[in-house]
Amino acid sequence: MKTWMVTVCWRGWLRGRSNSIFSAMHSLDPGDSFATWRIKARDVLARGIPPEEILWEAAEGSLFEEPPEMVTVAESAVVPPAFVGLAKDVSCHADPRRWELLYRLLWRIVKSGERHVLEIASDPDVAMAHRLAKNVRREIHKMHAFVRFRKAGEADDGRERFVAWFEPDHFIVEAAAPFFRKRFANMDWSIFTPKGCAHWIAGEFKMSPGVPRDPCDQPDVMEGIWRTYYRSIFNPARLKMKAMQSEMPRRYWKNLPEADLIDELSRESTARTHGMIEEPLRPVKRAPANAYLGKLQDLSSFPVADPAASTSLHDIARMTQACRQCPLWEHATAAVPGEGPENAHIMIVGEQPGDREDLEGRPFVGPAGQLLDRALVEAGLDRSTCYVTNAVKHFKWTPRGKLRLHQKPGAGEIEACKPWLLAELSKVAPEIVILLGGTAARSLLGPDVQVTKHRGLVAAPQIASRVVLTVHPSYLLRVDELRKEAEFRQFVADLKLAVSSQVQE
Amino acid sequence: MEVSEKLAILADAAKYDASCASSGATKRDSADGRGVGSAGGAGICHSYAPDGRCISLLKILLTNRCLYDCHYCINRRSSNVRRAAFTPEEAVTLTLDFYKRNYIEGLFLSSGIIRSADHTMEQVVQVARTLREVHDFRGYIHLKTIPEASPELIEQAARYADRISINLELPTQQSLDRLAPEKNLARTKQAMGRIRVKLDDAAERKREGDRKLRHATGQSTQVIVGADAATDADFLARSDELYRAYRLRRVYYSAFSPIPEPSSVLPPVAPPLVREHRLYQADWLMRYYGFSNSELLTPEQPNLDLRIDPKLAWALRNRQQFPLNLQTASRLEMLRVPGLGMKNVDRLLSIRRHTHVRLADLARLRISLPKVRAFIITADHHPAREDLDGDRLLARLAPRPVQLDLFGDAQP
Repeated sequence: MKTWMVTVCWRGWLRGRSNSIFSAMHSLDPGDSFATWRIKARDVLARGIPPEEILWEAAEGSLFEEPPEMVTVAESAVVPPAFVGLAKDVSCHADPRRWELLYRLLWRIVKSGERHVLEIASDPDVAMAHRLAKNVRREIHKMHAFVRFRKAGEADDGRERFVAWFEPDHFIVEAAAPFFRKRFANMDWSIFTPKGCAHWIAGEFKMSPGVPRDPCDQPDVMEGIWRTYYRSIFNPARLKMKAMQSEMPRRYWKNLPEADLIDELSRESTARTHGMIEEPLRPVKRAPANAYLGKLQDLSSFPVADPAASTSLHDIARMTQACRQCPLWEHATAAVPGEGPENAHIMIVGEQPGDREDLEGRPFVGPAGQLLDRALVEAGLDRSTCYVTNAVKHFKWTPRGKLRLHQKPGAGEIEACKPWLLAELSKVAPEIVILLGGTAARSLLGPDVQVTKHRGLVAAPQIASRVVLTVHPSYLLRVDELRKEAEFRQFVADLKLAVSSQVQE
Repeated sequence: MEVSEKLAILADAAKYDASCASSGATKRDSADGRGVGSAGGAGICHSYAPDGRCISLLKILLTNRCLYDCHYCINRRSSNVRRAAFTPEEAVTLTLDFYKRNYIEGLFLSSGIIRSADHTMEQVVQVARTLREVHDFRGYIHLKTIPEASPELIEQAARYADRISINLELPTQQSLDRLAPEKNLARTKQAMGRIRVKLDDAAERKREGDRKLRHATGQSTQVIVGADAATDADFLARSDELYRAYRLRRVYYSAFSPIPEPSSVLPPVAPPLVREHRLYQADWLMRYYGFSNSELLTPEQPNLDLRIDPKLAWALRNRQQFPLNLQTASRLEMLRVPGLGMKNVDRLLSIRRHTHVRLADLARLRISLPKVRAFIITADHHPAREDLDGDRLLARLAPRPVQLDLFGDAQP
């Protein structure tokens, strides 16, 4: 090291950069403070002094000195914002090479035309900076995790006072403090460490120099209870000491009240586990008579029955839950039964529940349902007086990205579900049926009826005295913007057809 | 009974629940000088148990008395385990005392089911309500809910909690019928569906600027692995469906572990812990790496390979897609290289805009060269075709065969 220094200043002298050998060494002391380093680095950078001519040396205990007044050359170096963040983290590291590393990076960014060097994470300097920064961030996180406050009393106004002792490897106390300020603003607390102490007292934050050892060694009564928790939450059948130590390294153990249980717990775990395995198995105990358990059983037992034999809409709704006539039930949440008064004049039949309907278990509550509601109002119809249902009761979907994408039901699925729709139809016995879209048409009118060709009033006396066939509202959501309004008007006109026929009769 | 004695029983009863996440809450703190605590951003593990699991929350049951008889559960009605119950006030005080000493991020509260779902749920909600409304507690709360509880109570739970969850326990109704006869898959799914609708609505209101709204930000669930014959394919298919349909934040896979007072319906041996690990890996690949569950498992091979991770297993089955040129491949393609994680893929994408990627770059990014070598092309590395062919690759990449059973990691 010494040889190198001499070489450097010799070279500096030869170049005539400075007037004396001593100043040519450019030995700079940034302390442990990023702010001080920043001022000094800016100065030497402006004077064009390259990294190899500077010896960055932090003297012990220079953390709390005020940043020196320096006559800084006015030129300021513009660096990418990412550099400042990275440099702040790196500057907290205990590695003495951090300052020269940061200056070298700064030099490369500003003076060597490598503005984008930080984007090359595999560059040796950048990789090292990232490694140091990561160590620092990790230790800040560990400080947030492993500081254990002890209650040290209460002020007259009831404000509680807590103290903690922590031993970090790096200069992170100040960087870690905001977390505690935000979380524990209502208590007074001090965190003592050998690398600086943080205090929050009566709403004021203060740093003070580090102390060599814990100044207040009074255990807290809660520590015993915390140890009880630690002992109980450990599952002896899953001992994984390596996993534990990689997250909670031994060097933190001495200040964690629970850590001295680790040896004992791990030692006993094998015996405890074998004890459990060797225990005689216990037979199943019959359920006690209990009203709640009885109700639960009721909730699960759906009769698998013939739809035609159902006696009420409520029955139909219940029995559809047990329907296994096609595979759609398996990936849907539940069957979505129809909804509305049993004596409704109008029955509206859609295709199948969509994503929202599947989640809520009710028909037409999604975007298409809201559009339908709007159209019904415009057509002068009151949805609450209609019976609204679907031709297929389970949501058919296909995975797409993170979503469930609606998929058109196939002929087999429509056929399998038809008995439920017919059962609803016969119970409601509506005067008017509005069929929304091809699936509903196919279910009740057969495969030859097409919405585009037969839209409007259709003759289907086997279903109801008036049957209106129109598009499904989800078609209106998909149609392009230019035609949207016209299509909506047409849809409302179709619905009005149902009303006017009702009025005429 | 002393509080610490209750704690010993009711924490012990809660230790089988794998979830301990405390991340993803709405950001908030008490810097304004009111309230206690903060939450939001990444959660913090305040300790680790010797089982390698994070301790982030005070994870307790309100009571371990239970009407149900789920055979994998220590608290089932036919177990002779000691019973205890916290009063809501005790649970609240314990949470605050631990929290102020920085032992925990908050509370994970579950309960055995007593009297009825609604009665139990009311008790659980009361603890959360007291914490929030009486003590202005701003830390994390995770409440376990019961599918049969009334939607109003579940909604209240969501109002006070940051995360709510309903345990699915087993992936198929057949499994439930055998091991948890009181539980029902369809009802659980219906409850999850209702919760998702509420979460969506809350997120929408928040987007529209409703700052005062306090609402859970997500739901999760747990399944028990290895208590019956359900395959990994059963688990992953169910998870995939749950993520899509109910936007779950997490599905926790908990390897069935032996319990005191074992039931005669249980399997005689516990599953290898590594199976749980492989399921987490596969789950991760599905959620973040663009894999579909049918790529990871096939009807012929319904279980994940225990020797190697699922991404490597997939790559070995799809060798024709490799080697991949790291200089030109797309992000999604790079994410499929065994040994390349999301962070390093993004770094490589940035690096290659400025320079040619070489093996030394990978080494400096701490990427395992032995693992990736055969699958990639870099400026200074073109693997020989035979590196990718034949059985030698698997032999080289798979760890030496060791019996990894539930107790395999135990140290003397």
